[in-house]
Amino acid sequence: MRYLPKSDDERRQMLAEIGARSIDDLFAIIPAEYRLGRDLNVPRQQAESEIIAYFRAAGQKNATDYASFLGAGAYRHYRPVIIDSLVQRGEFLTSYTPYQAEITQGTLQAIFEFQTMIAELTGMDVANASMYDGSTGAAEAVLMAMRVTGRQKAVVAATVHPEYREVLHTYLRYREMPTALVGYHNETGRVDLEALAAAVSSETAAILVQSPNFFGVIEDIPAIAEIAHAKGALLIVSIAEAVSLGIVRPPVEADIVSMEAQSFGVALSYGGPFCGVIAAREQFVRQMPGRLAGQTVDGAGNRGFVLTLATREQHIRREKATSNICTNQALVALMATIFLAVYGKEGMRELAEHNLAKADYAAKTLSALSGTKLRFKGAPRFHEFVLQTDEAPAAWSRRLLDNKIVGGIELSRWYPELRNCTLWCATEVMPRETIDAAAKVLAAAPVEA
Amino acid sequence: MTMNLDTNKAEAKPGGPHTLGKVRTHPTQNEALMFEKSAPGKRAYKLPPLDVPAVDFSSCLGKAYRQTPAQLPELSEIEIIRHFTRLSTWNYAIDLGMYPLGSCTMKYNPRVNEFVARIEGLAEAHPYRPESLAQGILEIYDLLQRCLLEITGMDAITLQPAAGAHGEFTGILLTRAWHESQGNPRTKILVPDSAHGTNPATAAIVGYTVENIKSNADGGIDLEGLARQVDENTAALMLTNPSTLGVFEDEIHKIADILHAKGALLYMDGANMNALVGKVRPGDFGVDVMHLNLHKTFSTPHGGGGPGSGPVACKKFLEPFLPIPVLVRDEYGAKHCTDAGDWEDTNAEPTADGCPPLFRAPVLKPDGERVGDSEPMPLHPLGGRLRWEYNRPHSVGRVRAFYGNTGMFIRALAYILANGPDGLRQTTEDAVLNANYIRKKLEDLYELPYKTPSMHEVVFSDRRQAAHGVKTGDIAKRLIDYGFHPYTVSFPLIVHGALMIEPTESESREELDLFVEAMRSIAREAEENPELVKTAPHSTRVSRLDEVQAARKPILRWKPEKQ
Repeated sequence: MRYLPKSDDERRQMLAEIGARSIDDLFAIIPAEYRLGRDLNVPRQQAESEIIAYFRAAGQKNATDYASFLGAGAYRHYRPVIIDSLVQRGEFLTSYTPYQAEITQGTLQAIFEFQTMIAELTGMDVANASMYDGSTGAAEAVLMAMRVTGRQKAVVAATVHPEYREVLHTYLRYREMPTALVGYHNETGRVDLEALAAAVSSETAAILVQSPNFFGVIEDIPAIAEIAHAKGALLIVSIAEAVSLGIVRPPVEADIVSMEAQSFGVALSYGGPFCGVIAAREQFVRQMPGRLAGQTVDGAGNRGFVLTLATREQHIRREKATSNICTNQALVALMATIFLAVYGKEGMRELAEHNLAKADYAAKTLSALSGTKLRFKGAPRFHEFVLQTDEAPAAWSRRLLDNKIVGGIELSRWYPELRNCTLWCATEVMPRETIDAAAKVLAAAPVEA
Repeated sequence: MTMNLDTNKAEAKPGGPHTLGKVRTHPTQNEALMFEKSAPGKRAYKLPPLDVPAVDFSSCLGKAYRQTPAQLPELSEIEIIRHFTRLSTWNYAIDLGMYPLGSCTMKYNPRVNEFVARIEGLAEAHPYRPESLAQGILEIYDLLQRCLLEITGMDAITLQPAAGAHGEFTGILLTRAWHESQGNPRTKILVPDSAHGTNPATAAIVGYTVENIKSNADGGIDLEGLARQVDENTAALMLTNPSTLGVFEDEIHKIADILHAKGALLYMDGANMNALVGKVRPGDFGVDVMHLNLHKTFSTPHGGGGPGSGPVACKKFLEPFLPIPVLVRDEYGAKHCTDAGDWEDTNAEPTADGCPPLFRAPVLKPDGERVGDSEPMPLHPLGGRLRWEYNRPHSVGRVRAFYGNTGMFIRALAYILANGPDGLRQTTEDAVLNANYIRKKLEDLYELPYKTPSMHEVVFSDRRQAAHGVKTGDIAKRLIDYGFHPYTVSFPLIVHGALMIEPTESESREELDLFVEAMRSIAREAEENPELVKTAPHSTRVSRLDEVQAARKPILRWKPEKQ
């Protein structure tokens, strides 16, 4: 076996030195009736070339030559080449959690830089080293708000990603923490502020909203913060599209921000691994879940970094920890860190501008067709929009697929009231020709007899 | 940028092994933070010309327009490459040498895994693409699921959890949902005192109280004590097997019987599965539900702390409660309308389309004899069409968005394919052989608190060295000077001053001998020159860092100096 660095002779010698007659001696403690007396029924050992051929064939079955207007929490952006060059360095790839700070300063300094950049982008004081993804991050943020406030209820906007809300529901399932769902305004697609104000009480731990929200609409964060803070509740803002922060005002009025950083140079990879992160005001840091890197000095006064405030964590606090999270998304956070270094201060704005411009063009082009209409025009958007069509999406999406285009995703799957509405996304990598081509196909609805 | 040119002071300290002398005069050893190297106007990106009309961004966004850009660094590409390359040289890694971090299974991360995870049709697949355009990925999910079920001996599986602790959460949710379906969720989870901290933390998240079980003199579960503690309020026992001492619970079937007699379930933390693969299956010894760590047992990279992946496998009776969505295969010719319209034409016939014929070859030994007593699992698609099933009324719900850490599934499957049944078994045997070799070579110098046979890891205590004031943490730091990553320090908690050593199968005899030599040398140093050990490491870029100061006045982000 090519990964195993021993000859059979060496194995025999080692067994002899241990004083074992055969390898079976070392497994003798396992009761005989449970030992597997046969080969595992898995595919036979494959050559490297066979493995590559197998996965290439699988990749080709996925039809790589389709253009796509899909977004909804997973976004296709250009990934600078140096991201993969750097994260594939064995020193990053094959090290683990930096508990031994003296020989993991590379990872620790990179985490510290990640935390700094996330705090800068979100307008928060501090950020952690990462969470699994945006959905679990949002759920953990709600639990964090519960610890901070000592209150047991949460109010959630219906415009938060539906799968994030499902995850939150799972996390709260056995916590006796009731959540109230607040609908959206029909013209703006924003959370209904009046209903929100009515739902929040002095027992509310937090309001959870997403901005840009699931419809691509930017929420009125200052107004929502006012509603939350008037009742002593915290405001949690979930951000599923991190690139928006290049041009969209950060939610500085929030108390906790939970962000999905996949857009920062992370491949779509059919939904994972992505990179969640929680940022917050400084006074809440001791209630944060997950790892934190902090700056300190060594014996000679040199600057160095360590994992810190570990008394929040499971390996110290066990059942009293802020979360059970241990392994996080470190290497993916490193990808995001490199991505942000590449685009930098100016690039993040320019990148966000391109996204907004592409989506604006796509929205105008597609909604100019007869039988289509742009929904939620009353509020600013980033790079997603909701298109309502007279023709059923199932019909036109098949025409688009015939033209190698994957159109917007149907919203009735999560919002039954939004019949014939689809959510479209256009990022900086969407060519104008594809938008024009999609419009042409969409316009070609068969004439009804 | 401020640069400390007086970088050689660490070398001035006495006593480092003579081979460790390094000249440190280059700024690679003093790489500043990115923010400190930034200068306005430098850039590492270039966007293509915008091919659509520009927009008046500020009026378009109104009050939502960001007036002040985030203070991100401004750097050129070469500076970014050097920055992260320099940082990387400050890390220890499996690629550099033995990384015997107990419980973490720091094995070789095959490079073909990285290659195949980046194949365009896999890496670029959007999670909401129509299922008809995702059949290749779904076939990967399906084959990995079947392999993991075979390896664990369980009946059903979800790949959704993002890491081991997330898998525990999912497994205990299944446990609770099942108990509720029986009319009583029960109130407590039993956790041995040797368990990982994630176990009690998980039980608490799912609303259970945690009751500790004291280990017996062998470090295992005390059956009589267990029988006393298990009652009608016990939902499950969370058991790591082999335990964190590296000891196989040889009375595991009795443990399962005691639990099952009271209607409680046996949850297995699969962190130590590297000791079992191909030799024994948890599903065969009474486990009801368990998680795997693909980043431990199945070689996906640890990446400085993640990402991981924590699939959960269970017995048939727990299947209805699995998180949604669940992968199902519709037979060839079945009608579907989940995407846009009728997808009958996308059904794959049950043939090996797209797969090289070699994959269908039987498993033969060199002498032509067929291996094993059953047909090898086919690699080619089974036919029909895979799809996500959402209509699962008993499901505990989602535990994350989308379907799981797909990139890790690709890597784990590549590892399983590279090994095959014989390689997986040999891997387990080598892992156990290595741990026992280390035990044999060190047990005369280091205290072995539990004499029970070791599986894939061995746990010593620092009792003898502590007599000279040298603790496990000191020995660990001194190992760094000898070119090794330390073992796991002070865990499991039931061993005072624990040294938890897991070499994995990836170490050659030469590397093991070097490690043994280092440990023996440190044992000598602990007696003859304890100060040398207590002040280690002496060879690193930074010496021991002040963790107390870091926690007392946390500095968690860089801020520009006030002008």
